[in-house]
Amino acid sequence: MSVPITLLGLLEREPSHGYDLKRDYDTFFSRGKPLPFGQVYSTLGRLVRDGKIVVGEVEPGVGPERKRYVITERGATEVEAWLTEPVDAEPNLQSVLFTKVVLALMLDRPAEEYLDSQRATHLRRMTELTEIKRQGNLVDTMLADHGLFHLEADLHWIDTTVARLDALRKVVRG
Amino acid sequence: MRAVEARNVVLSFGETPALRGASVSVAAGEIVAIMGPSGSGKSTLLHCLAGILVPDAGEIHYDGRRIDTLSEDQRSRLRRDHFGFVFQFGQLVPELTAEENVALPLLLGGVKRAAALGQARPWFERLGLAGLERRRSGELSGGQAQRVALARGLVAQPGALFADEPTGALDSLTGEQVMDLLVSSARAQGTTVVLVTHDARIAAYADRQVIVRDGRVNALVHS
Repeated sequence: MSVPITLLGLLEREPSHGYDLKRDYDTFFSRGKPLPFGQVYSTLGRLVRDGKIVVGEVEPGVGPERKRYVITERGATEVEAWLTEPVDAEPNLQSVLFTKVVLALMLDRPAEEYLDSQRATHLRRMTELTEIKRQGNLVDTMLADHGLFHLEADLHWIDTTVARLDALRKVVRG
Repeated sequence: MRAVEARNVVLSFGETPALRGASVSVAAGEIVAIMGPSGSGKSTLLHCLAGILVPDAGEIHYDGRRIDTLSEDQRSRLRRDHFGFVFQFGQLVPELTAEENVALPLLLGGVKRAAALGQARPWFERLGLAGLERRRSGELSGGQAQRVALARGLVAQPGALFADEPTGALDSLTGEQVMDLLVSSARAQGTTVVLVTHDARIAAYADRQVIVRDGRVNALVHS
């Protein structure tokens, strides 16, 4: 998760103090890793420097928590572009798993055992994520679902690859 | 809460081997998913564990007692008194109302009708089915029918519940709701669950997953 674009997005919603931004970031996006205050203010400083936000009214008192940040048109344009641009699809053929399988076959190692072991690891993680879904709120459920669907796709790939190992062995070993 | 175990189970249908020395042990109160490709023998293994099929060789144990050597009548009584079942298409009796379907295992076990229906009714509230007690299966959605089937499988507080693709006919969200209810209810009662599914997302509701491939249980997947 990109912290600058996320803070920018939160500011697109309404002008906010650094403290409010951290609170909302931690609630929705941090997933157990709270954003340090130092990172909040250093990120806001860079966004100000780049003209994507400005410091609005400063409330009486001292310290950065008195500043209210406001998104600029340039910042809003960036948020809009980020939201509308699809993320690059990951090329699965370059994945670690693929490399492991091909190398295992090249080196005459037990590729099927590696894949079985990987399947067990995936299933364990899916079980953990499912428990999070069962215990958690809707935000937890949606994030866990995202992980589950990706792991499920990997499992389909593992199953299909196991079924194709003999053919793949002939290809990679000549 | 009872343990279920298969030891080196072999079973062929005619010349076709279905199980070739399958072993799996499910601890009391544990929820285990049996996964595997089509034709791998996973449903056959479930049917052996549940005393529906008798293996050609190997042993099946329930609650520390060998059950594959029991007579057909004894196994039938064991299934009726100690096991619950949920299948892919619910298999509700269409002539009966939903509450009569839920009460069926109790009625078959000799519980009087009023008492059986009295035990069946709380399940409708528990599984989000309140108000549907008098409907027949044709008047229920797939998800509702499967929840009725789940209530029927658990109403007699069985020691073990056997579920064969219990969400196979449902869309993924409804299937997950049914699994959530299955897991919550089984854990609340301490029921041991053996679940067959080809769907990893459904299997992830179990405490543990095993894979059946070519009639054997893949030990690597035991965690």
